[in-house]
Amino acid sequence: MFEAIAFYLFAFLTTLMFFITVTTSQALYALTALAAGMIFISAFFFILGADFLGAIQIVVYSGAVMALYSFGMMFFDTTREVKEKNGNKYIVAGMSILAAILVVVIFAAPMLSENITAFYPLTEGVGNTQDVGMVLFTKYLVPFEVAAVMLLVAMIAGIVLAGKKMDLSLTLYSTAEIRDMKQDQEKKVLS
Amino acid sequence: MMEIGLNHYLVLSTILFCIGLIGVMRRKNLLLLFFATEILLNSVNIAFAAISHYYGDLTGQMFAFFVIAIAASEVAVGLGLLIVWHKRHGNIDLDSLATMKG
Amino acid sequence: MEKYLYIALFAPLVSSLFAALFTATPKKTFVGVIASTLIFIAFASSFILLTYILDDGAPVHVEMMTWMATGNLYIPFGFVVDQVSVTMMMVVTLVSTVVHIYSVGYMDHDKGFNRFFSYLSAFVFSMMILVMSDNFAGLFIGWEGVGLCSWLLIGFWYHKESATWAANEAFIMNRIADLGMLIGIFLVYWNTGSLQYDIAFPAMASLDTATLTWMGIFLFVGAMGKSAQFPLHTWLADAMEGPTPVSALIHAATMVTAGVYLVVRSNELYSLIPNVGLFIASLGAFVAIFAASMALVNRDMKRVIAYSTLSQLGYMFAAAGLGAYWVALFHLMAHAFFKALLFLGAGNVMHAMHDELDPFKMGGLKKPMKATYIMMTIASIALAGIFPLAGFFSKDLILEVAVIEHHYIIYSILLFTAGLTAFYSFRLTALIFEGDERYKLFGIDPHEAYKFMLIGMSPLLILAIIAGSFKMTYFEMVTQLLPATEYHMHNHFLYWVMTIGTQLFVAFAIVYAYKKYANSRVTVPDGTSKMENSFAYKLLINQYYIPFAYEKYLVKPYRELSTIFWKQIDQKVVDATVDGIAGVIYSTGEKTREMQSGNLSTMLKWMVAGTIAMLSLAVVFGLAVRHSDEILTILSGLGV
Repeated sequence: MFEAIAFYLFAFLTTLMFFITVTTSQALYALTALAAGMIFISAFFFILGADFLGAIQIVVYSGAVMALYSFGMMFFDTTREVKEKNGNKYIVAGMSILAAILVVVIFAAPMLSENITAFYPLTEGVGNTQDVGMVLFTKYLVPFEVAAVMLLVAMIAGIVLAGKKMDLSLTLYSTAEIRDMKQDQEKKVLS
Repeated sequence: MMEIGLNHYLVLSTILFCIGLIGVMRRKNLLLLFFATEILLNSVNIAFAAISHYYGDLTGQMFAFFVIAIAASEVAVGLGLLIVWHKRHGNIDLDSLATMKG
Repeated sequence: MEKYLYIALFAPLVSSLFAALFTATPKKTFVGVIASTLIFIAFASSFILLTYILDDGAPVHVEMMTWMATGNLYIPFGFVVDQVSVTMMMVVTLVSTVVHIYSVGYMDHDKGFNRFFSYLSAFVFSMMILVMSDNFAGLFIGWEGVGLCSWLLIGFWYHKESATWAANEAFIMNRIADLGMLIGIFLVYWNTGSLQYDIAFPAMASLDTATLTWMGIFLFVGAMGKSAQFPLHTWLADAMEGPTPVSALIHAATMVTAGVYLVVRSNELYSLIPNVGLFIASLGAFVAIFAASMALVNRDMKRVIAYSTLSQLGYMFAAAGLGAYWVALFHLMAHAFFKALLFLGAGNVMHAMHDELDPFKMGGLKKPMKATYIMMTIASIALAGIFPLAGFFSKDLILEVAVIEHHYIIYSILLFTAGLTAFYSFRLTALIFEGDERYKLFGIDPHEAYKFMLIGMSPLLILAIIAGSFKMTYFEMVTQLLPATEYHMHNHFLYWVMTIGTQLFVAFAIVYAYKKYANSRVTVPDGTSKMENSFAYKLLINQYYIPFAYEKYLVKPYRELSTIFWKQIDQKVVDATVDGIAGVIYSTGEKTREMQSGNLSTMLKWMVAGTIAMLSLAVVFGLAVRHSDEILTILSGLGV
């Protein structure tokens, strides 16, 4: 019973938060609502017994991703109201509802057949984190390593795209030397 | 109160997905468009986790895990590109982004 | 013996191809010389084959290769040299050789000299295929080939509008008749199972009369077009637009006789259907007098000779229709010689008079052109049928046939026509060669043709004189294939009365013609004399207004119909449909181009729409798979 109460409560909250995200005209409200929604989704993970996933959700999404978005907002100065020229809202709403119906129908179909077998069944007796670890580092090792490389690449891309002119190496020269070199450059420009 | 089954979670996931779709179609500010994309990804995660729980299969959680990783890197790269665009054009309004007109 | 067959058949082809190499270059005399030599070689081979056949040789039958062997249809490229075909081969190759030699001189100043020999030799090749083929399909190939070559040759001076028009008229009229011939050939194949002469004709004996009648009628329709019988006769007179050697070869000796050859070759068929034969004979007699009447008043020299050809073709068909096939073939042979001679002589006159065709503007040419004068006069005497020249033996024989077969109307028509023939032939020679030298009024200075041309024409002259003596040899040879009816009148007295009466009648016509036209009182008619304005004269000089009627009642409506089809149906319906399809595709592309507006938001909306479409498809197909049995039962209930 608790499960039902928790489910409906969090479902309502999550839907509300995400609805605010997509409809409000204030960017700050959208950001806040998105962050709240992320937290509530992690609650779902905990209800479903995916502890590791829930923790990851909080740490990565609500922590890192939201932090990034906050920095982005700060950069673009979108604390003011966002003016948007909207198209026909009926098309938008109609298509969404249609898509929703179709997806539900598709999801419902296999549920009517009962012949789904598990690939990687849960192991009895161990906690979820241990279980995840066992599968992740044995069966899903290659995707794991590839994901690591991908994150590295994304990080470097982000630095390159967003950083200022980085023509001087910050690690090879000491701070004093860098200051001198910069002053030389300015003299050349001014003269 | 009904017994919470897989169908409930799937319907919830669908609703959230559609909210995300509304956001994607509606938003004209690129940053807010990214927000809507995050919603899409999260709704799918819920579905994966729910199926994994009700069938006793860890595959769903693995998939959700990787989705999170990919979403994070996507945010990083996307924001970097957004910054470059903003430096060049001074605004991030979608309607001004029509250089690929056919 | 077979190699002579192939030499006779393919030497003209080699000549044509050789001359074709030089069509784009200016005149080179050796082209004409080599072409003439090759045709002479064909003539020599034909002559050897003739001697072989005369020595009671068996017909030479070769099958060169298979053309079609599909299902039950077997048509080879086969050739046969039997008594009938060797006669035709001799005629064709002899006249062709003479004409080739003559053309070397006649086309001397023409820019298309090389092209002319190519076409001429191609024509000879087609004619050889026609007469040597041993099945109806090969005959038809030759038939079409001579039609094509005659179009090329009539329209040889293609810059002249009248020449191209005449060439088209000839070809189209031939084509109309060819439809009938094709239907006849189809009927032959359908009823007898083969197109080979030696299989089809014996099989015809067992068919019913109705089928045979249709067969005979349709084949004769083809012959009508080729041999210019009424009503498909207008092309022959207009075909005089071509160079004179063309008229000599094609419209005197060879192509127009192809129709007679067809009837003679199909004698086994026509013997079985005497009613059709009677119709053919009647039509032939009608054409004979019809053409002769038009020649009486005509003021174009070559046209008069063309009408004369038409008239003599009528004689040939009259003979063939009455069952006297060997007589028809004999007249064909004799006629070829003196008619070709007449045409070539007319060519000489034309050349001398700088292409003037009106005999009233000539006169007294016997002084500068003695050789031509002798040749044309002798040819005219032969044409009139005076003993002992060639025409007497063949024409009088036809008159005898008519009497013996008790067709007295045909006999009287043909007799009257003989008189007309003599009259207009000698009207022509008198106007050209006798009397005052009217050409001096027009400032023309005539001279005789080249010596080699005259020497080339001499074999025809000799044959026109002596061909009658071949009758018995010819009769013995050819009746091994054709029905050997000997035409003797039982009443000898009547026979002599008839013969001498005919001769007197003809002689009287000649004298009358000379009296009227070979004197000094002849002037150039200028449209004011009483005779020129009489109804009969107007009728005859306008060819009974038949070309006018064709133009007004056939050609003009058809042209209107074609214009309607073109403007209303082709342009408005067919073109519009095709353009419409293209237009639809184009506008669809234009509209879908707007989908790519560059606006990310719009594109995202399209993406969602596409996703919905695919989801719906997935749902539909999933349902279909799930309920496939029920769907199948429903569809089979609907009868799919």
